[in-house]
Amino acid sequence: MSVDGRFAANPKTNNLYRIWKRVIPYGYLSPTILLLAVLSFLPIGMVVYYSVMDNVIMNQNPAFVGAANYVKILTDGVFQTALGNTLYFTLMSVVVHLILGLTFAMLLNSKLVSPFTRSVFRVVYILPWVFTASIIAILWRLMLNPNGVINYLLEWSGLVSQKIEWLSSRQLALHAVTFINIWSGYPFYMVSLLAGLQGIPDEIYEAGTIDGANGPQLFRYVTLPQLRPIIISLAMLDFIWTMQQFTLIWMTTGGGPGRVTEMLSTFTYKLAFSTYEFSLASTSAVVILVLSMFVALFYVRRQRASDA
Amino acid sequence: MLNAISRPAKIRIARALVIIALLIGALLPGFPVLWMLSSSFKSNMDIFAYPPALITDSFSFGAYAAVVTSPEKLRFFLNSYLVSMFVTILTLLVGILGGYSFSRYEFPFKRPLNMVIIGVQAVPPITLLIPYFSLIVFLKLHNTYAALVLTYMVFTLSYAIIMMTGYFNTLPRQLDEAVMIDGGSSFVALWRVLVPISLPGIVSVGVYTFMLAWNEFLFALTLTKTTDMRTVPVGIQLLMGQHSYEWNEMMAMSVLGCLPVLLLFLFFQRYFIAGMTAGSVKG
Repeated sequence: MSVDGRFAANPKTNNLYRIWKRVIPYGYLSPTILLLAVLSFLPIGMVVYYSVMDNVIMNQNPAFVGAANYVKILTDGVFQTALGNTLYFTLMSVVVHLILGLTFAMLLNSKLVSPFTRSVFRVVYILPWVFTASIIAILWRLMLNPNGVINYLLEWSGLVSQKIEWLSSRQLALHAVTFINIWSGYPFYMVSLLAGLQGIPDEIYEAGTIDGANGPQLFRYVTLPQLRPIIISLAMLDFIWTMQQFTLIWMTTGGGPGRVTEMLSTFTYKLAFSTYEFSLASTSAVVILVLSMFVALFYVRRQRASDA
Repeated sequence: MLNAISRPAKIRIARALVIIALLIGALLPGFPVLWMLSSSFKSNMDIFAYPPALITDSFSFGAYAAVVTSPEKLRFFLNSYLVSMFVTILTLLVGILGGYSFSRYEFPFKRPLNMVIIGVQAVPPITLLIPYFSLIVFLKLHNTYAALVLTYMVFTLSYAIIMMTGYFNTLPRQLDEAVMIDGGSSFVALWRVLVPISLPGIVSVGVYTFMLAWNEFLFALTLTKTTDMRTVPVGIQLLMGQHSYEWNEMMAMSVLGCLPVLLLFLFFQRYFIAGMTAGSVKG
């Protein structure tokens, strides 16, 4: 007989059974709680502690310095550049991801094309998502090389007259890495929006058509409002993820030339593992955490609102 | 004017326009991928040949042969497979237990705990990196598989629990109750009844977890040190800048590095898409 059954059968052990029943859910959750404690609470506590000490890890007896590191980081010119770059990189990516993702999703949802053709195109359009960020970075370094195929195509079509140094030019590098990130991230939007489009009942469109709405009006008054919750969730998730992007930058420009493509993530990484300023790096890491949590708070509240 | 065209003709024109748009759009993802494939079959001298061509005279499998005969490079793949598999198995075990608890029980602190689990997904890896580095060094796990398996679970676990909770919620409680009436415990109900019928959900969590682990870069870069412990994403980087760039070998390795995820994707397309859209699309 099982543990649950045995306790229930004997009324004298009823109290014990009730306690046991209360413990069960925590029992199932114990590995989760243990992992969360070790992998998120403890490290977050540590990084906050590091951020208020003078140089930890390198220094045997670090002293408490209060907010000094925060003042130093927030007034640091490079940090401010990195913050600006990160915002540009993130906002551009989110906006263009949305436009591309929605366009492709609508094309792939077109009833004019056979389901088989659509499924073939869907696999092609999803491809960037199958690739690891470091592989995407190397691929685009090859394509955007001054002697690479992109420059050749641009010259051949007469759009440019000389070879462009996409990733090592001070004017273009930030746009180039943003473009690479756009390339790597749009399938996530496309697939989610496609699922959303397929969830819109045909009756709404039919009703709209009977009322005399044309294509753009149907898009404006039916499609967009129906997709709104998905679009908001996607944009928030993407904002959080793109803000944290490290690999693409590290493997294409490493933050250069100069500091032109320096992001908060690469800035923090270099502080810690190139210059061994672990406390300042922790301070910067805490600032990034606060920024992310600010956006995440909205996301969690939305998710919970839709759960209820 | 338009009225002069018959309705079927209009539809045919519209269909042609959509297909043309799809073909043009397909260049954006398709051309770079084609170029990667094409470059992996070239000799390194022809990589920047002018004018560029998809297939050159030097077409060969040489770059692939160089990758698969190099023990150093094969080791990257072995490391990636081992780490990703361990992460997937552990994440599924812990995630199934956690999801079951959230789905079937009411208990104090359930909602706050749920909030924390959702919130952990937004913690930036770079924030965790410095404390992880000192923890891993302190635990003497630096440069081991365990360092990667343990730390990767911070990303994969939340997602697994949220997905499994949702999946279990769709299964009627009568299923577990039937087991318990027959004298089985909740543990038996979970593994004998719920897990077998949740296989589609478990597969989508599994492939997504595998992919996250396979693609991870930042922790692998920092928490391993020697070449023999590097995973594929970090290992590829080591091909750059040592002497010269072996572009063709890098592309061959990229193609091989994408294969596991690509194959998983083609086999489990439906599950993949379910996993991918779960965060934003609510059914």
